[in-house]
Amino acid sequence: MAKVKGDIIIDIEKCKGCELCAASCPQESLELSRKLNSKGYHYIVKIEDNCTGCINCALVCPEGIIKVYRKTEKRMDPVATLTNVTGDLTVTVNS
Amino acid sequence: MNEKRMLGEDHYEQVIAEESICTNENLVYEKPETLTDTPMHYCPGCGHGVAHRLIAEAIAELDIQDKTVGVAPVGCSVFMYNYMNIDMTEAAHGRASAVATGIKRVLPDKYVFSYQGDGDLAAIGTGETIHTCNRGENILIVFINNGIYGMTGGQMAPTTLVGMKSTTTPYGRDVAVMGNPLKITELIAQLPGVYYCTRVAVNTPANVRRAKKAIVNGFKYQELKKGLSFVEVVSNCPSNWKMTPLESNKWMEENMFPFYPLGDLKVPGKEK
Ligand SMILES: Cc1ncc(C[n+]2csc(CCOP(=O)(O)OP(=O)(O)O)c2C)c(N)n1
Ligand code: SF4
Ligand code: SF4
Ligand code: SF4
Ligand SMILES: [Mg+2]
Repeated sequence: MAKVKGDIIIDIEKCKGCELCAASCPQESLELSRKLNSKGYHYIVKIEDNCTGCINCALVCPEGIIKVYRKTEKRMDPVATLTNVTGDLTVTVNS
Repeated sequence: MNEKRMLGEDHYEQVIAEESICTNENLVYEKPETLTDTPMHYCPGCGHGVAHRLIAEAIAELDIQDKTVGVAPVGCSVFMYNYMNIDMTEAAHGRASAVATGIKRVLPDKYVFSYQGDGDLAAIGTGETIHTCNRGENILIVFINNGIYGMTGGQMAPTTLVGMKSTTTPYGRDVAVMGNPLKITELIAQLPGVYYCTRVAVNTPANVRRAKKAIVNGFKYQELKKGLSFVEVVSNCPSNWKMTPLESNKWMEENMFPFYPLGDLKVPGKEK
């Protein structure tokens, strides 16, 4: 079993707020900020902590300003599960 | 402007501060180094930016940065050479494929491509386009078809759809007066000099991946010296279509794609 966690970094000063990234994010993690960057554009921010690092947003971004990170955390399957005779105590051995 | 957004912004900063996975070892995507850091001048949501990045990615992937020469057109993408970290030049309106021919013939070991809009390639440059393709020059032509003269303010192009409004067709393109839109890609696909011909788009992640593959193919085929590769990118022009970027992509899917269907027109080894 593996758990995938993603994150992105957006160069907000170069963002033009086109929202193409937000529209292609399957996790609906992205939204326009209420704030403006120095060029006067509403920029994109991550509003949810559910990014999977799928890179969709970066693929469609015309400005090429999204960096995507992905980490696969390996969750070890337990080596053994021991239960006592009365069945009221279970011990899981992970490694 | 909802409440979630406010919460979202605060939350975002917290997440970054807590435990960031944004380290080099976890990096899975960033723009290639074959694209400069210069901010592009394109309107928000314009397909030119993605098309540039895909060419840059293809060059990086094939490791041909120092062996590639590009030719920029006249049109919105006239400053393409500022964004591409490769050798590039700029041609007079419509003449990019002729200039690319000259470069390739003098420097046959270089990977040569031209990048041209529909006004450039299919109007003023029709002659150059057809003859370059017919001669089977070993170059790649990337054709950005947004159905309009973008740079000059949205006049009708040969590719403008029937009924489509532009500054020169304010009541929509009328076939009786302006003729039918020109499918130049179908036209040149028949020429024996054309080795590979395909039509792609850059509006969705899946289409972006396909478009990149087509451009990579185009560069790879140059080595075979069997003729010309032609990649049409059906694109948007939110500003002159007078739409938001998202609306323009939807309009493109509903109106441009039926007339300019995506897919291969000519693939080596699969002659129709
Ligand atoms: C010889 C010449 N004629 C006309 C022009 C004016 N002009 C500049 S860009 C352009 C059309 C550009 O349209 P397109 O090639 O579709 O590029 P887009 O801007 O849509 O990407 C025209 C007619 C010019 N620069 N040079
Ligand atoms: S990488 Fe995927 S999940 Fe993460 S923000 Fe981008 S589109 Fe959404
Ligand atoms: S696609 Fe790029 S430029 Fe457009 S809103 Fe998203 S980050 Fe900004
Ligand atoms: S005018 Fe149209 S083609 Fe030119 S940069 Fe703006 S959106 Fe793109
Ligand atoms: Mg055009």
